[in-house]
Amino acid sequence: MLSIPIEYYLILSAFMFIVGVTGVLIRRNAIVVFMCIELMLNAANLSLVAFSSYHGNPVGQIFVFFVMTVAAAEATVGLAIIIAIFRNKLTVNVDEINIFKW
Amino acid sequence: MPFSNQEYLHLLPFIIIGVGIVFSVVIELITKKSREILPWFSILLFFSTALYSIYTIHNKYILFNGMIQVGGKAAIFNFIFNFAALLITMSSIGYLKKYGSNFGEYYILIQSAVLGMMVMAGSKDILMIFLGLELMSICFYVLAGLNRKKHSANEASLKYFLLGAFATGFVVYGIALIYGVTATTKIDILIQNFSAQSSNIIFVTGLILFIIGFSFKIAAFPFHMWVPDVYQGSATTVTGIMSTAGKAAAFSVLIITLTAVYTVNSPNIFSPYFAAIATLSMLFGSIVALTQDNLKRMLAYSSISHAGYMAIGLTASNSYSISGIIFYLAAYTFMNIGAFSIISIIEGENDSRTNIQNITGLNASKPMLAAFMSLFMFALAGIPPLAGFFGKYYVFIGAIKSGFTWLAIIGVFSSVISVYFYLRVVVFMYFKNPTEDINTDTSTFSYSAVIISGAMVLLLGLMPDLLLNLILSVVNW
Repeated sequence: MLSIPIEYYLILSAFMFIVGVTGVLIRRNAIVVFMCIELMLNAANLSLVAFSSYHGNPVGQIFVFFVMTVAAAEATVGLAIIIAIFRNKLTVNVDEINIFKW
Repeated sequence: MPFSNQEYLHLLPFIIIGVGIVFSVVIELITKKSREILPWFSILLFFSTALYSIYTIHNKYILFNGMIQVGGKAAIFNFIFNFAALLITMSSIGYLKKYGSNFGEYYILIQSAVLGMMVMAGSKDILMIFLGLELMSICFYVLAGLNRKKHSANEASLKYFLLGAFATGFVVYGIALIYGVTATTKIDILIQNFSAQSSNIIFVTGLILFIIGFSFKIAAFPFHMWVPDVYQGSATTVTGIMSTAGKAAAFSVLIITLTAVYTVNSPNIFSPYFAAIATLSMLFGSIVALTQDNLKRMLAYSSISHAGYMAIGLTASNSYSISGIIFYLAAYTFMNIGAFSIISIIEGENDSRTNIQNITGLNASKPMLAAFMSLFMFALAGIPPLAGFFGKYYVFIGAIKSGFTWLAIIGVFSSVISVYFYLRVVVFMYFKNPTEDINTDTSTFSYSAVIISGAMVLLLGLMPDLLLNLILSVVNW
């Protein structure tokens, strides 16, 4: 049976990671920034699963479960923080959240 | 595989805190007086864990199929984390009432963060590093935004969350690449393969991403942008624990990453990276701190430059400089927590009275506070014979032993610059006439936290061998 070579997964995963990093750096909406961070984590998950299948070693897949669980916990806290800031300032644009300057 | 009872016994420090968290949640649930009970319960937990860790430092075991280690370096780190949390809990009792968010959850979150740090320092598997890091970070995101009605706290917490999660992305992707090359997440196997793999570009990229992720957490220069805002916006006691125990936890992981270098003499391929962040952090932190008027922000920039001094030790990466880092972290913990406790005593409502002008003439009204603040400032500046001096001294000696004399010279130069802004605080307290009446909320517990930190700073300064010999005896484990 013809299977997809591991390079394809790795290139896709590297591409997703770079899209995530770029998004964090250029987008200004806190929720979109947060989505880009999730994209970075999922890029890592894709690599882990691909490597796990390539090596025939289950550790990578187990790791992915932990990453997903932690990402869920992080999403809970993150969205709660974003809601708290929206209630106070009625904006989630990170450029307008600027009380502190040097 | 079944685990023996013996294994659970060795895991006692983790079990004390872990079970303590569950009990704290129950206490919070069933009684309305939880905010009076929980601080004392946390102090009990932290005290027993700190004492037990340092007492069993030579009982070195690897538990649960090579997942976690107890004893050795991990025990010293556990001692630092728990002692820091203990002091912070003491100064929080009075401070939280003033800050307007006296919740029982605060203490539970600190306990959970400490558990996460202990897992990080004791991990023998990358999975445990990741879980510990997230347990610590998520608790800190919440703690930073503790008072959800305050704009400054909101902003601090959002910035910390976004950049912290960004760093986590780097760490996880780095782990994925490391796993891809070596097909394992066990740190001991990675150490054996370190030399063989150090020319493999994917492995090195993975490690670099992993280290970049932790450079965010130690607040080193190109990754420092969240530090001043988060330290200024969070509650002062939270800043106190974030800047000391949180930094120590991130350093414990970087030390684990470099284990191969200082135990089996693998080539240190990361020297240029650490040398660069050390130089930049030291100079940037010291120079920008010169212009700061807010005490918390000034200490945040000073924290960046201290991360730089510690990174010198990572650059050199021999057993002596690694011991120097651990000593420095212990010293830094006590001096910084002392300084933040004093700021938390002076601070008024709504983040007022945290500027340097607000402590003008403090000596006239509160001579004891002024004396201790000067002690901590001298220690942070690295003036002998206080703890901060020996921290820097050991790290610099370690660097010179590995041939990084130029880095040590930059370090000395940067600490000379930093003397200006530390002594400025002392000048404001002693040589200017008071402009306003400083009526502090006298909380005995905050004062005892200050006194204990001061005593530890003096103790580590006058008898540094006490701790350093202990660290040197366990550093390779």
